[in-house]
Amino acid sequence: MEIICINCPVGCRLKVKVEGGEVKEVAGNACKRGDTYARQECVAPMRMVTAVIPVEGSRTPLSVKTAAPIPKHLLLDCMEALAGIKLKAPISAKSVILRDVLGTGVDIIATKSVKIDL
Amino acid sequence: MHYNMMIIGAGVTGCALARVLSRYEGSLAVLDRGYDVAEGASKANSGIVHAGFDAKPGTLKAKLNVRGANMFPGLCEELGVPYSQPGALVIGFDEEDRRTLLNLVEQGVQNGVEVRLLERDQVLELEPNTNPAVECALYAPTSGLTSPYELTFALADHAAVNGAEFLLGEEVASVARTGGLWQVTTDKNIYTCEILVNCAGISSAKIHNMMSDDKKTVIPRRGQYYLMDRMANLPFHMTMFQCPTKMGKGVLVSPTVHGNLLLGPSAEDIPDEKDVSTTAEGLAFVMDKCRLTWPQATIRGAITNFSGIRAHEQDGDFIIGKVAENAYETVGIESPGLSSAPAIAEMLGAQIAAEQNLQAKGEIVPAPKRSKPFSHMTDAERAKAVAENPLYGNLVCRCEVVTEAEIREAIRRPVGATTVDGVKRRTRSGMGRCQGGFCSPRVMEILAEELGIPMTEVTKCGGESYLLSGRVGEKEEQK
Amino acid sequence: MNVDVLVIGAGPAGLAAAIAAKEDGIHNLLVLERESAPGGILKQCIHNGFGLHRFGEELTGPEYAQKDIDRAEELGITIQCDTTVLSVSEDKVVTCVSREHGFQEIHAKAIVLAMGCRERPRGALGTPGTRCAGIYSAGTAQKLVNLMGYMPGKRCVILGSGDIGLIMARRMTLQGAKVLACVELMPYSSGLNRNIVQCLEDYDIPLYLSHTVVDIHGKEKLTGVTVAQVDANRKPVPGTEMEFDCDTLLLSVGLIPENELSVGAGVNLSAVTSGAEVDDTLQTNVPGIFACGNVLHVHDLVDHVSNESFKAGLSAAQFAKGEFAVGETVAVLDGQGVRGVVPQRICAGAGRAVELMFRPAGVYRNAVCVVKCGDNIVARKKAPIFTPGEMVVVKLPEDVVAGLSGDLTVSVEGGQ
Repeated sequence: MEIICINCPVGCRLKVKVEGGEVKEVAGNACKRGDTYARQECVAPMRMVTAVIPVEGSRTPLSVKTAAPIPKHLLLDCMEALAGIKLKAPISAKSVILRDVLGTGVDIIATKSVKIDL
Repeated sequence: MHYNMMIIGAGVTGCALARVLSRYEGSLAVLDRGYDVAEGASKANSGIVHAGFDAKPGTLKAKLNVRGANMFPGLCEELGVPYSQPGALVIGFDEEDRRTLLNLVEQGVQNGVEVRLLERDQVLELEPNTNPAVECALYAPTSGLTSPYELTFALADHAAVNGAEFLLGEEVASVARTGGLWQVTTDKNIYTCEILVNCAGISSAKIHNMMSDDKKTVIPRRGQYYLMDRMANLPFHMTMFQCPTKMGKGVLVSPTVHGNLLLGPSAEDIPDEKDVSTTAEGLAFVMDKCRLTWPQATIRGAITNFSGIRAHEQDGDFIIGKVAENAYETVGIESPGLSSAPAIAEMLGAQIAAEQNLQAKGEIVPAPKRSKPFSHMTDAERAKAVAENPLYGNLVCRCEVVTEAEIREAIRRPVGATTVDGVKRRTRSGMGRCQGGFCSPRVMEILAEELGIPMTEVTKCGGESYLLSGRVGEKEEQK
Repeated sequence: MNVDVLVIGAGPAGLAAAIAAKEDGIHNLLVLERESAPGGILKQCIHNGFGLHRFGEELTGPEYAQKDIDRAEELGITIQCDTTVLSVSEDKVVTCVSREHGFQEIHAKAIVLAMGCRERPRGALGTPGTRCAGIYSAGTAQKLVNLMGYMPGKRCVILGSGDIGLIMARRMTLQGAKVLACVELMPYSSGLNRNIVQCLEDYDIPLYLSHTVVDIHGKEKLTGVTVAQVDANRKPVPGTEMEFDCDTLLLSVGLIPENELSVGAGVNLSAVTSGAEVDDTLQTNVPGIFACGNVLHVHDLVDHVSNESFKAGLSAAQFAKGEFAVGETVAVLDGQGVRGVVPQRICAGAGRAVELMFRPAGVYRNAVCVVKCGDNIVARKKAPIFTPGEMVVVKLPEDVVAGLSGDLTVSVEGGQ
């Protein structure tokens, strides 16, 4: 498979040979970072998720993030899980909004504080 | 619903007439398909108060333009509408242009307008950024500028405080005579009235033809414009017209009364009278043509482009007067329609009052006092304004320096803003170089609060022009 | 009111400048902010990726801002919010207005301009079509979604592939909208590869390079846009039109430093950056008026903004204390392939290390950036690629600066 390396603006087109869920060969990378990226991205791509969730009692929604990257294929499921959350102001930054989202072991945490203003 | 008098069309003509008729006894309503007043040609034209040299002597256009232009300074003063009189030049490049301009000078003299011919050096001295190939120019020192939509709002407000009702967002489907009354059927209601006046601008022929067997045709003539950012030193102080030639009327380069520069308009006859889109060709035409006046013109500095539609009547002159029993009209009010509007209203108002034996009201409410815009205040005035009303301390539009106090006032005016565009035209919030990027979310919040509606029902310009589709995190099916 | 240092804007630039000034011993310090909370545009940038250089971790915008806000609070810096500056004069008198304090006139010994930038609107592109509802600049949409909690629409096309446009493509998708396309006039994206992959490819959003929006449809509400390919002169190619049925068009077509106040103060602007012309102390041509952050030039990384602004704050502090002197300066000029080097002047005599920053005029592969003083090469920087999306930073060490004998020219050489 072919992917674009995201480590720098060069954007090397990496040709990656994957067999049986394992990366056998990476070509097209100009530096070592491309190799490392390809090995992760082709086998177990991970993404941070950030989102906003409405909060009862607050004019502004709460911004949240996954405390660590989660598997890429869970992105939309993660948003679905967040959509079910009911929140009430006040909420302080860094508080855990949802533990262990989708069994990934990763928490969803607040990236700002919201106060009661409604 | 029944009114003694109804006016179809809430443009500058309809609102000027409403202001005149509101001084007489009897109920009065002004109907328009737009969701605000001034939604047709009145919101999108050059904003020039023409001196009056352009119209053929003896025509209604000539007579009403000259009279209207003379009324403008006093009217704008009374209503608190911006007006200035920088003068105008019509520039020519060769002997043929010189002959045309000399004819225009002659015509101006016949119309009673102060005009004279200037030679190249005089032109370049007055306007040094003019194309140096200029030969000569007609100079009309009394040519003025106004804000056409702000004038219309002020006329509407003055009519409203004297009892006129504004029925907006209703389109006339038919007009018919029943039981000695006029029946006006819209897409929403049926109205009857004793006296009906057609001031429907671009639709004026359509309404005319519902009342008369003598059919008229109004051709929608679209004009596209570029609006340039305000700058400390505008390249031109006067309105710069181009000499009309066989190739067409040319475009103008003009300051606006607010200190922007306006380039345009194109002139295209189009099939759809509601099609106010701009086109790549039309805008290219404007930019290309205006370089004849101003060779340095570029799109750099443009903050928006827009188009307006003029109601061009085939026979060329304004048609004003009685059209049927108890029915009056103003048809084909194209340029100089804005300049003529006060005079049209004065003349037609007097005719209606005389023929219909209208009784003047004992007391006429003066025009609502307009607060000075915060952007125009001195430091001392600003300090006083914010001390008296802290909402002057909340600046909403940074480009045009518009405060929350002014936005709320615009919504609370007699014929107040109900849309983001309505706020924009009344206050200039969103008119500036960022084009509402920063202020529009706040304007939407203020509108929602003042109108008592949810944010998702706030519109740009009424109708279906919703600005938001829903709340974040809201499921489709819950909406 | 009299203050020693006045900072205009409490975004990342203003906060950093204020922190540096306070840390340098300026106690009579005031920060004016037009919004109701400090943090600037970072407040609405809820995605992560900020602060890798400065903090060694990837933070979201609000988290990055909070670090500076917390530090400012710790230092006891006064940030007066909901206050809009109306004018700045050459003799450093500032007028401002707020609901709480009314109209104020503030006399400052030194001023730091940190007002940020604004987005280029549709009108500046001359895009024809109707003027219907549903057209937003990407940053306005970002504010609506992330700070106000409202969606501008459900089916979206994005014009411009700068990072804000790409970030908004992902945000709109994650929050439930359908993003149909991202359209870029240039043959390359000015956004980071990371964002192309993680904001577009992850969600199968097509990126149309060398395309633009040529028509906008819809009388009241946007109903669609016409997209066409453009030729080498960026003119639409007839016959390549595609129709997209959408209710939202987001524009991410450039940022412009917001310098109306600076101009009023007599500050000279660069025609290239649209920001002030400054020396390496970040001082403008007006003594005691300094500029930093996006009001000076549009940055790619907030980390760079903070670093630049620390310097500006320190310079302002020294100016206010009367410890500031600028000697003879040499000019720094744009050479081939370089657009808008900042600073535009260097005080060679001061012998301070200087960082030159600029954006390349195009994409250069296997490129080298060369800084020349006359015929002498005083600095070189090689890179596999230079793109307009990424700021190039070239360091001039102290000894090099001390030895400068004349004007510098910065150029980029390499394969286009």
